[in-house]
Amino acid sequence: MTIPVLEITNLHKKFGEVEVLKGIDLTMQSGNVVSLIGSSGSGKTTLLRCVNLLEDYEDGVVAVEGEQIGYKQHKGRRIRLKEREIARQRAMTGMAFQHFNLFPHMSAIHNVMLGLIKTRKTPKDEAYAAAEGWLDRVGMKNWKDHYPGQLSGGQQQRVAIARAIAMNPVLMLFDEVTSALDPELVSEVLAVVKDLASDGMTMLLVTHEMQFAHDVSDTVVFMQDGRIGEQGPPEQLFHNPKSERLAAFLKNSKF
Amino acid sequence: MDYDFNFAAVWRDFDILLSGLGLGLVLAVISIAIGCLIGLCLAFAMLSKKRSIRWAATVYVSVFRNTPILVLILFTFFALPEFGINLGKIESFIVTLSVYSGAYLTEVFRSGLVSLPPGLREAGLTVGLTEFRTKILITIPVMFRRVLPALGNNFISLFKDTSLAAVIAVPELTFYARKINVETFRVIETWLVASLMYVIACSIIAAILRRTENRLAIPK
Repeated sequence: MTIPVLEITNLHKKFGEVEVLKGIDLTMQSGNVVSLIGSSGSGKTTLLRCVNLLEDYEDGVVAVEGEQIGYKQHKGRRIRLKEREIARQRAMTGMAFQHFNLFPHMSAIHNVMLGLIKTRKTPKDEAYAAAEGWLDRVGMKNWKDHYPGQLSGGQQQRVAIARAIAMNPVLMLFDEVTSALDPELVSEVLAVVKDLASDGMTMLLVTHEMQFAHDVSDTVVFMQDGRIGEQGPPEQLFHNPKSERLAAFLKNSKF
Repeated sequence: MDYDFNFAAVWRDFDILLSGLGLGLVLAVISIAIGCLIGLCLAFAMLSKKRSIRWAATVYVSVFRNTPILVLILFTFFALPEFGINLGKIESFIVTLSVYSGAYLTEVFRSGLVSLPPGLREAGLTVGLTEFRTKILITIPVMFRRVLPALGNNFISLFKDTSLAAVIAVPELTFYARKINVETFRVIETWLVASLMYVIACSIIAAILRRTENRLAIPK
């Protein structure tokens, strides 16, 4: 059996005294597209952020391609990896944020090139060509010399996705990538994500776009109170929810 | 007013005044550069997760920002030798102004850092940069641009503080002006020329800073 791209086992996470993840198990194979849905505070974003250790986790295992993220077991104790190791592991996955988080002092193409040059040690001219290619893929090649402040939200998000994808991650994490966008800009970003999904990219998404989650995912995970409430193929979850909580959530989400 | 203006005595020693101004500029540049390094480190220290580190940085800023610089200059030059630390007058002044500017610049940098969206650091981390490289490549350059106007203000103010070095006989502009004043009794002329030299120097520094600001401005 092949090693799963992502394997989360019994994941626990606390913010102070509040336990926000109460034992999550989730496995993703290569090419899977999994959407996390649920009301705010249910732990979706925290779960996503544990995968690349933007949040530390207290218990359980997050493994990307069989490698535990952030920690190792030593003589039965759990030890945090060195900073450099964690940085390497983070680059195995790519992430797009709700607020894009482009580097404001760099043009679009330099945003995409930075990780290639500094982390992947790609020569500059190769990095430039690759970055240009990815910007073209997200429809932003003509804007490559523009700075983030000169771009619309949708355009910034597409550059941010190109920046993440250019690193050739084994898994892409999308954290509510359309939540901060004006309604008319949502579709251009979703089109890019859909395009990547159809290309076989392994993706874990947190989204409030139910129709999109329905269309793009193999598996939809409904989170409630820090646990997985229900998971399955989109047809089953959206059209045949087992729990009342999910049914109510979908009704409120106007699906 | 019954005063005969006579600038001849001042012009005769104008080159000395100029050399004094030059030394003042050098002292300011070196001290501010060191002060920037101190300020940057302490600004990060103030935002550290560790309480002891935050506390140490706060104590530093409180002590040196709340002591008049004249007192610091005198303490460093006259009191430190009693503890076995003997510094020449120029070194002593550089140490004082660096330490003092470090305290002021810490606050400037700290306010710049807290104004940055937290996502900026996270974005750096997600492309595989370490915390340190994220600071060097992203956090500091962006923060620096934001605080440049406040930084300029501090630079000018700190440059003017070099005039206080005269009290420990560092041969900068004010020191020489006082000397010429005593030797020639041309009180008004001497201090007028010295004042004008400070004004012109500060205006040039301000113009350079404004140009830098414009050149580094992030396009919008």
